[in-house]
Amino acid sequence: MNAMKKSFQSLLYYPSAILGMFVVFLLVATAVYAMVKIPYKEAIRLWRGGEDVWYQNPKFAPPAWINLFSKKKYAESFSVRTSDGTMTKKVTPGAQGSSTMEVSYAFDFSSDYYPQEMLLYLTSKYMEKQPFISLEWLTPDGRKIRIVNMALSPKQTYRFSQDEKLKTKLKTDNIITALFSDPKTGHLIKGKYQLLITGATFETDSDINVEFVLHGQVYGLAGTDQARRDLVVPLLWGAPIALAFGLIASFGTSVLTMIIAAVGTWYGGWVDELIQRLTEINIVLPFISILIMIGTFYSRSIWVILGATILLSIFTGSIKSYRSIFVQVKESMYIEAARAYGASSPRIVFLYLIPRMIPLLIPGLVSSVPAFVFLEASLALLGLGDPVLPTWGKIINDAQANGALYRGYYYWILEPATLLMLTGLGFAMLGFALDRIFNPKLREV
Amino acid sequence: MAVVAQPPLEKVITKKVHHENTFTRVARYVVVRLLTLFVTVVISIYLTIMIANMGGYVDQIMRGEIRDRVTGLIAGNSAFVKMDPAVRQKLIAERIAAEEERIGLNIPIAIRNFRYMSNALTLQLGRAINMTSDSGSKQVRLILLERLPATLLLMGISQLFLFFSSVFLALNLSRRYGNFWDKLVIALSPTSAVPPWFYGIFLILIFAALFRILPFGGMVDSPPPSNPIDYSLSVLKHLILPAVALIISSFFLSIYNYRTFFLIYSSEDYVEMAKAKGLPARDVEQRYILRPTLPNIITNFALLIITLWSGALFTETVFLWPGLGRTLYQAIGLYDIPIIVGSTIIYAYLLAMTVFLLDFIYALVDPRVKVGG
Repeated sequence: MNAMKKSFQSLLYYPSAILGMFVVFLLVATAVYAMVKIPYKEAIRLWRGGEDVWYQNPKFAPPAWINLFSKKKYAESFSVRTSDGTMTKKVTPGAQGSSTMEVSYAFDFSSDYYPQEMLLYLTSKYMEKQPFISLEWLTPDGRKIRIVNMALSPKQTYRFSQDEKLKTKLKTDNIITALFSDPKTGHLIKGKYQLLITGATFETDSDINVEFVLHGQVYGLAGTDQARRDLVVPLLWGAPIALAFGLIASFGTSVLTMIIAAVGTWYGGWVDELIQRLTEINIVLPFISILIMIGTFYSRSIWVILGATILLSIFTGSIKSYRSIFVQVKESMYIEAARAYGASSPRIVFLYLIPRMIPLLIPGLVSSVPAFVFLEASLALLGLGDPVLPTWGKIINDAQANGALYRGYYYWILEPATLLMLTGLGFAMLGFALDRIFNPKLREV
Repeated sequence: MAVVAQPPLEKVITKKVHHENTFTRVARYVVVRLLTLFVTVVISIYLTIMIANMGGYVDQIMRGEIRDRVTGLIAGNSAFVKMDPAVRQKLIAERIAAEEERIGLNIPIAIRNFRYMSNALTLQLGRAINMTSDSGSKQVRLILLERLPATLLLMGISQLFLFFSSVFLALNLSRRYGNFWDKLVIALSPTSAVPPWFYGIFLILIFAALFRILPFGGMVDSPPPSNPIDYSLSVLKHLILPAVALIISSFFLSIYNYRTFFLIYSSEDYVEMAKAKGLPARDVEQRYILRPTLPNIITNFALLIITLWSGALFTETVFLWPGLGRTLYQAIGLYDIPIIVGSTIIYAYLLAMTVFLLDFIYALVDPRVKVGG
């Protein structure tokens, strides 16, 4: 055990190992953060959610931080609502149960591009008499534009750009552009815009709630995809899933391979022969095709794929290399001593043979993690990713399916790709250093 | 004690060798080896067939599809609208039966599996269920042959370049290990943890999307140029990105592995001895380092040649390269078992043949190895 400890301490002499450990640590931290911040059920709800969950977001919006790198600033998307206090509502009661309410929202608009769209989601509560609202738009240069007066149904969406009456009134086809520019020059005006909503209800329990949504060109920390989903969710949740898949697959494969190789070598005879033949058969089997077939015909669940991956990866070339080492270890003096005092076969296999191989197992285990992480991503790339879980591979798949590279949505591919790459390189660097430490033959050269 | 034990041991061996001559030994070895390899291939193919129809599960999918298609076809045909419903039902049932017979669904699955297998083993690849070649044939052989050149071109160029360049560079590095380039290769070898299609996406992003100097994918411009020189130039232009992706993804690890391998062999005593004798570095390298590593290098090369056949499924898909890997993927999507089995059997035969031949090649290049010995 002391030797093991020493070996791990010598990891600190390898800069790549330190970098690798750092990356792996960051990944684990991200995974834990993701699971704490967005519980599993919530993550699934968000990832599977449609317009009803994500209506506030624009489609195909790059992350907001690209503004840092561009001279011309893109408009940032936002949404505010009275229900959670991001927009304040002032209610003044009137006669006979009626009341008037006033909502005013002012925001600084400093981007160089017009927003894509503005929307108002109105929900109201009433028995018979519909509430009524009127909307006004105040520009930085002091103009006041009447947008609309309307009676409300319980649930209503008002799209600024689709209002035909307003188009005639402003003598324009593009309302958003008109609202944000100087009527004389036609240029965009930056500054403080204000939305003024005044409403009137005519019943005691009647109430109006407003949500104002502005779709700019950019959104949030990670941007959005074709279904308006915030990419932060799958990017965060991709970490625990990738780690779980990679670690379980590589741990399962290497440990099972080692146990089977040890059992085969120890008992010899037909057991050993069977294992060897199975390995030869398995090498001929088309691994990727079988996984694709399972995904297409049977189940795309990540756990089914994981199980099949482990099963197909046990009987491979590595069983042969383990075997060749076990054959040597089997002849060692300490095994003979164990046999002499009457140790049972299982005892020798699990307590004497296998522990000797752990130093060889660890580097292999760590270095095979990236292969499995990328395997999951590769299958997702073909559209065979888990239908429920958000993974990095699925983001790339969505991006590819929507022509992200062709249409210039680079962020959409680069974000998950960077994370996948970091994961792959992190484990590979660590595994590489471990290999050099535990394999003295490599250390000399 | 070991010294004392050696002479009698040698005698025993020579005695044994005298008992059976080289011919019978080799012949027996060949027969046993061929039999085991054949049994291996048979079992693998049977398993592949079993998986390719998921123990009958795919039959149900195909039956449902046929029913949908035939019913839809007859319901949509105005000639049948006025027909008596009972007669129409009969017609539908007949058509479904005919279609199921065409695909072979009327035969029990166990028998069908054996038929698939015996056909596959005799390389009668048969007809595809849903796919057709570009020339309109349904012959599996023609479909695969049509895609083979594309795969051979892409995989051949990238893998051969990878093999020769990494052996050559590794030899150079092993000569002066520890210098800057050597350290660089070691530092960069973890980059091979990333698969080629992944580099492919980055390459497409940079060279196709951003700079617009190379195409996004495909194998030739559309429409294809009629002039053969323009045609090959166009193919070459399309070839660059996928080939580079395939090369980058294994380049550094491949050099690193060969380099380590050469280094282990060049620290042997007989190499030191040869150097001490004052032999030129070239001779030491060729006779004392390369020669004993030859079996391993040949194995790698042989396995590489086989992988040419299977193609690069993911890379071909990302680059829309019309090769065998992508065909296999399409075949799986269309439940086209004959194509899946056809491509697997060829791979299995190639692998078995290579494994078999390698034993003899070892004996040829390495005097210490004896066939069946």
